[in-house]
Amino acid sequence: MLKALHLSSFTATNAMGCGLDETLFALRQQRSGLAPCAFDTVDLKTYIGQVAGVDDVALPAGLSAFDCRNNRLAQLALDQDGFTESVRNAIERYGASRVGVFIGTSTAGILQTELAYRRRDKVSGALPADFNYRGTHSTFSVADFTSRYLGLIGPAVVVSSACSSSAKVFSSARRMMAAGLIDAAVVGGVDSLCLTTLYGFNSLGLLSEQACRPFDAQRNGISIGEAAAFALLERGPEHLDPDAVLLLGVGESSDAYHISSPHPQGLGARMAMQDALNMAGLLPTEIDYINLHGTATQSNDAAEGQAVAALFGSLTPCSSTKGSTGHTLGAAGAVEAIICALALQNNLLPAGLNTEHPDPKLSLNYLMNNQEQTMAHVLSNSFGFGGTNCCLIFGKAT
Amino acid sequence: MTLAAYIEGIGLLGPGLSNWASAQAILSGEQPYEPSKTVLPMPTLLPAAERRRSGAIVRLTLAVGLEALAMAGQDAKQLACVFSASSGDGENCHVLCDMLASGDRAISPTRFHNSTHNAAAGYWGIATGAMTSASVLSAFDASFVAGLLEAMSQVAVDNTRTLLLAYDTAYPEPLHGVRPINDAIGIALVLAPQPSQHSLAQIRVGLTLEQAQTLNNPALEQLRSGIPAARGLPLLRAFALRKKENLVLDYLDSTRLAVTITPC
Repeated sequence: MLKALHLSSFTATNAMGCGLDETLFALRQQRSGLAPCAFDTVDLKTYIGQVAGVDDVALPAGLSAFDCRNNRLAQLALDQDGFTESVRNAIERYGASRVGVFIGTSTAGILQTELAYRRRDKVSGALPADFNYRGTHSTFSVADFTSRYLGLIGPAVVVSSACSSSAKVFSSARRMMAAGLIDAAVVGGVDSLCLTTLYGFNSLGLLSEQACRPFDAQRNGISIGEAAAFALLERGPEHLDPDAVLLLGVGESSDAYHISSPHPQGLGARMAMQDALNMAGLLPTEIDYINLHGTATQSNDAAEGQAVAALFGSLTPCSSTKGSTGHTLGAAGAVEAIICALALQNNLLPAGLNTEHPDPKLSLNYLMNNQEQTMAHVLSNSFGFGGTNCCLIFGKAT
Repeated sequence: MTLAAYIEGIGLLGPGLSNWASAQAILSGEQPYEPSKTVLPMPTLLPAAERRRSGAIVRLTLAVGLEALAMAGQDAKQLACVFSASSGDGENCHVLCDMLASGDRAISPTRFHNSTHNAAAGYWGIATGAMTSASVLSAFDASFVAGLLEAMSQVAVDNTRTLLLAYDTAYPEPLHGVRPINDAIGIALVLAPQPSQHSLAQIRVGLTLEQAQTLNNPALEQLRSGIPAARGLPLLRAFALRKKENLVLDYLDSTRLAVTITPC
């Protein structure tokens, strides 16, 4: 069984707002952050979950090599809710080399490369001299930036397994803490809007023209969002505040089925959920709310719905919050982990927005409206291309 | 703080290094190193449709992963995996960025799903049937040690055999101009928590501030410093010497990895 890890500080910035207060307010108001796409030169009829104010963020002068939308979004999020101060305190307790950095992303700052390709030298074809590959496009750039921004010098890594990335960071951090290589970990997910994902999901026919409707009978695709979310993981002290949020279990699996479609009955997803329950030492009946992966494609929701029903039956309240945030891809796991933490602390089971007629073929207790109820344990699912699955279980210290 | 594991299998494929069996004598200095372009085998284990869609990274990871598994006498279905690479498929990335900068943005869906950093892990699962967990990592030039630390943590904490795959493939122009990776190299290790009949050596690792060591052979050192995954070659050299060796591997700017290899 997992020795529970304490989320001693956490924050999320997404299309609903910057930081926890704005996110919680929008969840309470059942207000979606999705809007018709007007990003860059994108000419697709779709909705996106864009974060306001990213362009206005200025990186510290010493970190200008990292300047791109993705790292600006990371900094905007790190500056909320006293998160950087919490990390500074952790550095004082453990030392800067004993706090690890584990960040999930799918595309890092690839937008910077997309823009640089528009400015290639007409003769040589070279990319412009002001383009910094390592600091922006490189998959690792967001962990490198986060580490430097927070003044950390310990192990740092990016986990990049598509849409499970920033759920799996909790697992990598847990192992490295248990192995004794570090005492605390900054875990998180950052993914920002770019043309690769917008036109890529469009090429697969998976972008909805409307705001996405997870688990609706008429669901017809995703809405892409951007977000950054972080948590500081520490071994819990003996006595924790009763509202303190703990990571209780992690489950991981692979579908071994298809590169961009889930196993039709969600076999891998079910294995990941069962493994997370096993690690937490919990029965399915002890889970009070499930934050579904719920991307709103026909096949993803059908597979996840079957996996959840097979393990939990049809009574456990559940919803996908992607109707609020959009599908934030590599950031989804971390954003939804923070939504779970907010749910636990505020006795709020968030509704799945935009959904009008829950799919009758998927017999789940899908929340069409917010519910208020004290909860002990919540579960969050994250699945991705390549058949990667990760499930997290959080609980309150009481 | 150190972590320990037992090496049961090794896979290697890179420029002038066609497999582990023949590369041992080159790394130990008994045979000369003659650089030549990496030849990637066709991934016969993949179904025809996936084989057609697979790029260099998929062919590389399947080749070295299967070599290490065969040496260890292990079944892929039982092993957790760690995939670590500086970046994904550079050729694929170039084609996507080129199209997105053009008037026609109708990119290929196959190119899009192959652009994910975990495409190799996805194809590995399809080829081998492994439904175990796969951690897919990137740490720029530090990717080899980042992967090794993740795999060693997994072995020690979850008490499970783990397959590490560290790999990089060449970047085409104009990306090559900003990230000059010239060729492909892959290293795979099967790591186990306890000694067994398959154990070849014990590996112990811990973080250190000491400087990383280089390779004496200039051509091999050029390879080591030129491709991120090749930062693991000093470890394979130590292993090829078949005696107890202490070495330091390149990791991040701020920290390196001290390694002790003890033959079983």
